[in-house]
Amino acid sequence: MAKEFNLKNQDHESSLVARRVYFSAVIILLLIIMIISRVFYLTVLQHEHYTTLSLSNRVKITPIPPIRGLIYSRDGVILAENKPTFSLEIIPEQIKDVDETIAQLKKIITIEDSDIERFKKARKKKRRFENVSLRLNLNKEEVALFAVNRHRFPGVDVVAGLNRYYPLAEKLVHAIGYVARIDEDDVKNLDESNYSGTTHIGKLGIEKSYESFLHGDVGFQQVEVNAQGRVIRVLDRTAPKPGKNLHLTIDLSLQQIAIDALEGRRGAIVAMDPRNGDVLTFVSSPGYDPNKFVNGIDSKSYKALLSSTDKPLINRVIQGKYPPGSTLKPFMGLVGLENGVRAFSDETWCPGWFSLKGYEHRYRDWKKQGHGHTNLHKAIMQSCDVYFYSLAYELGIDRIYDGLSQFGFGQVTGIDIGGESSALLPSKSWKRGAIGQAWFPGETLILGIGQGYALSTPMQLAKATATLANKGQVIRPRLVSSTSNSITNEVNSLPSITGHKVGISNGSYWDEIISSMKDVVHGVGGTAWRTGLNAEYNFAGKTGTAQVIGIAQDKEYNKEDIAEKFQDHALFIAFAPVEAPRIAIAIIVENGGGGSKTAAPIARKMFDHYMKNRDLISKG
Amino acid sequence: MEERSLGQRLHIDFPLLLGILVLCVIGLVVIYSAGGQDINLVYRQAVKLLIALVGMFVVAQLPPAEIARWSYKLYLVGIILLIVVIFYGDVGKGAQRWLDLKVFRFQPSELMKLSVPMMVAYYLSDKTLPPRFLRVLSVCAMIAIPVLLIAKQPDLGTALLVAAAGFSVLFIAGISWRLLSSMGILAAAGAPLLWYFMHDYQKRRVLTFLNPENDPLGAGYHTIQAKIAIGSGGFYGKGWLNGTQSHLEFLPERSTDFIFAVFCEEFGMLGVLLLICVYLFIISRGLYIAINAQHTFGRLLASGLTLTFFVYIFVNMGMVTGQLPVVGVPLPLVSHGGTSMVTLMIGFGIIMAIHTHRRFLSF
Repeated sequence: MAKEFNLKNQDHESSLVARRVYFSAVIILLLIIMIISRVFYLTVLQHEHYTTLSLSNRVKITPIPPIRGLIYSRDGVILAENKPTFSLEIIPEQIKDVDETIAQLKKIITIEDSDIERFKKARKKKRRFENVSLRLNLNKEEVALFAVNRHRFPGVDVVAGLNRYYPLAEKLVHAIGYVARIDEDDVKNLDESNYSGTTHIGKLGIEKSYESFLHGDVGFQQVEVNAQGRVIRVLDRTAPKPGKNLHLTIDLSLQQIAIDALEGRRGAIVAMDPRNGDVLTFVSSPGYDPNKFVNGIDSKSYKALLSSTDKPLINRVIQGKYPPGSTLKPFMGLVGLENGVRAFSDETWCPGWFSLKGYEHRYRDWKKQGHGHTNLHKAIMQSCDVYFYSLAYELGIDRIYDGLSQFGFGQVTGIDIGGESSALLPSKSWKRGAIGQAWFPGETLILGIGQGYALSTPMQLAKATATLANKGQVIRPRLVSSTSNSITNEVNSLPSITGHKVGISNGSYWDEIISSMKDVVHGVGGTAWRTGLNAEYNFAGKTGTAQVIGIAQDKEYNKEDIAEKFQDHALFIAFAPVEAPRIAIAIIVENGGGGSKTAAPIARKMFDHYMKNRDLISKG
Repeated sequence: MEERSLGQRLHIDFPLLLGILVLCVIGLVVIYSAGGQDINLVYRQAVKLLIALVGMFVVAQLPPAEIARWSYKLYLVGIILLIVVIFYGDVGKGAQRWLDLKVFRFQPSELMKLSVPMMVAYYLSDKTLPPRFLRVLSVCAMIAIPVLLIAKQPDLGTALLVAAAGFSVLFIAGISWRLLSSMGILAAAGAPLLWYFMHDYQKRRVLTFLNPENDPLGAGYHTIQAKIAIGSGGFYGKGWLNGTQSHLEFLPERSTDFIFAVFCEEFGMLGVLLLICVYLFIISRGLYIAINAQHTFGRLLASGLTLTFFVYIFVNMGMVTGQLPVVGVPLPLVSHGGTSMVTLMIGFGIIMAIHTHRRFLSF
């Protein structure tokens, strides 16, 4: 191969190759500079931008929900607590055959088809390594059974959590309310960052109105996550602040006495301390179990509650509208005295009926033969209707309206839970607006005995009774007396809120009305004289019997219970002791018949218990 | 002959070996970090490295004339194997690239990375340079046949490297600028045609390259995460084992094709400058050897292989930094993986053989 001319050629070719190599070297350098400037651009010029991106890639902030405050009764009994619950959870990533695992689990723990359905739904929303709960609320036996078999189920675990629990169930539900899962409506008006980890929110009652106290402040942790979102480690943690505990004014032993005395009838019982507005008893019967609502009530149970003719979902204490009946009479009497229409001793002749001049219509007294000569004392004691027909007629609707308004009739009481009804104290302007008619004098008459348009809630009656016991000082009823910090145990008392004073010019009017009410129970011939027998203390009361017209809750009734449903509501208001009132009560027993027969004895039982319990009389 | 140095007697070029070893050590260090501190991964890579080094030494013992004689046989065998792959190849990652030889799996396309430049260099070495038009045409055919076969597998990255290897030799051989530029124009005109033959995933890669933010969780994910890794590393880097993008698995292919991003994240701009210095050292040594080769075959092959080595570097770094579309090209001698390592080492073995078998005639 080595030919002569090749040697010369070699020289030529090697210099050609060398030139091309040098040229390549230049190109290489240029391209390298391009790479270097790109790296420079990314690492130096855009460093901050990419550092931010890198951080937001890996650092996630997860909220730690605070622990909800507890609710205690006045006597220190827990009414709402956070109960540890155990749920069976599955990490799909760690299981080969999820269906097979569930089939195996079914052999040791009851798993409904609905559980599996819920599990499958929840699983779609979560990452593969995240827990998905299969069964909620495992009992201790099930937890133990699983623990024994746990080795057979990698990727399945029992996880503890907190669930709101109301140990009293239906007994105090209308005061406490309940929490339930946050829904779309809630989201609209809550602080999203503070609720970022929270699943439940107060929906009703105290749980709702004291939500801001009970909830607490959310905590946060910064976690480092990998590309799949799995938490690698916790970088920083801000502990959540638990919610405040609430201490209620409810006296649970008295509540129990009231519930027992009501014997499961429909009705409402409110007792409050007239001095500070503390609501001691808050019974709306029947109740329902709030625990069912916490994690969502099934539609069948909910429909049953909705369609029940007993209307358990209605909070009768603040939403039940009842004709006050004769319980309105002492207040009417006060209005009459204050307006100078009657003196205390002025007598009215009661023949058993009353009619307006020029009219045939006879307004009947409950006592056919009449009460004869009747002054205010007797009219209250024996609940004479004719006396109050005539008093009301002479007062006229406007003065009645003004006078009764001062006791809070027709207005919300301002109790510290929501959903209150203002019921109805009729007036001329109200009738014109609502019905479009002028006021008739006959309507004034029946308003005098608490019938007709007049409606009041049991809470209004209790508040008015407390105002009477206070001789005019209005006080706002309340269910929560103090909050406490669950960490420091520091107690923060909430002030009781006093309202206006009812304008009564002569203090003796109060004494006259109160002494009449005392004789309702203690006097000879009082409508509730049996109730007052052998009491170790003096109390004052007024019975009431309201004809059933209001509370439109029984439109569908079958023939068998028409009789019961048409019976009158039994009412009773009272306070004790007369000399220094400590407790004021309003009782309504729906379709309970007469107030003296059904309602008054309940008050006596409650007073007896309360006076003994508070050492106001000797025990035993 | 008696005055030959140790390197020449062992047929080892020590400067080149030093550069290669430095790179390999860097590779092992970064693989340890990128692989989630899995020491077994490092061991496996070290074993492959040793095999590749042995291959390099063996090849370096062959006289270049011997290698030249092997050229067209290897080329023909390679073409046949590529055709066999089309019919009997194993499918991996959606492409038919592998021949299962029971003992080990073998990628014929990998062989072509060496045999194409060898073939071109051998063909041109006894022709007058610069090559005339018809010779250039036949060289183009020599390159095009395997490149098209490989592209059909489809393995665009390897096809690109094989083409680069062949054309590097042609360029060094002195192809006239006029021919070169007209070929360039032809290629540009043929690009739309190429688009027509591209697979969907390849088209997607090109589109993604043009705008990665279009599809941040899909095709653009690689590029975006790589840029985040590089950018967040800064000038000094986050430090070895501290790269969050790689350790938290945001960065895909972190121990193989995208290892450069891990390197940047942990060692920063400073590390990149040092790494590039090592690469430039190896390249300049390769080009030095090419210029000082005693025969045309050696000159053409040594410079062709060196240039191919650079193309590897450039394509990989360009891809990782978002300047080029994503093609499966590893960072030479650093990325995890045995096949490309062996090919590269054998290439260096050839370069060493060219340098250490020189004869010094004493007149």
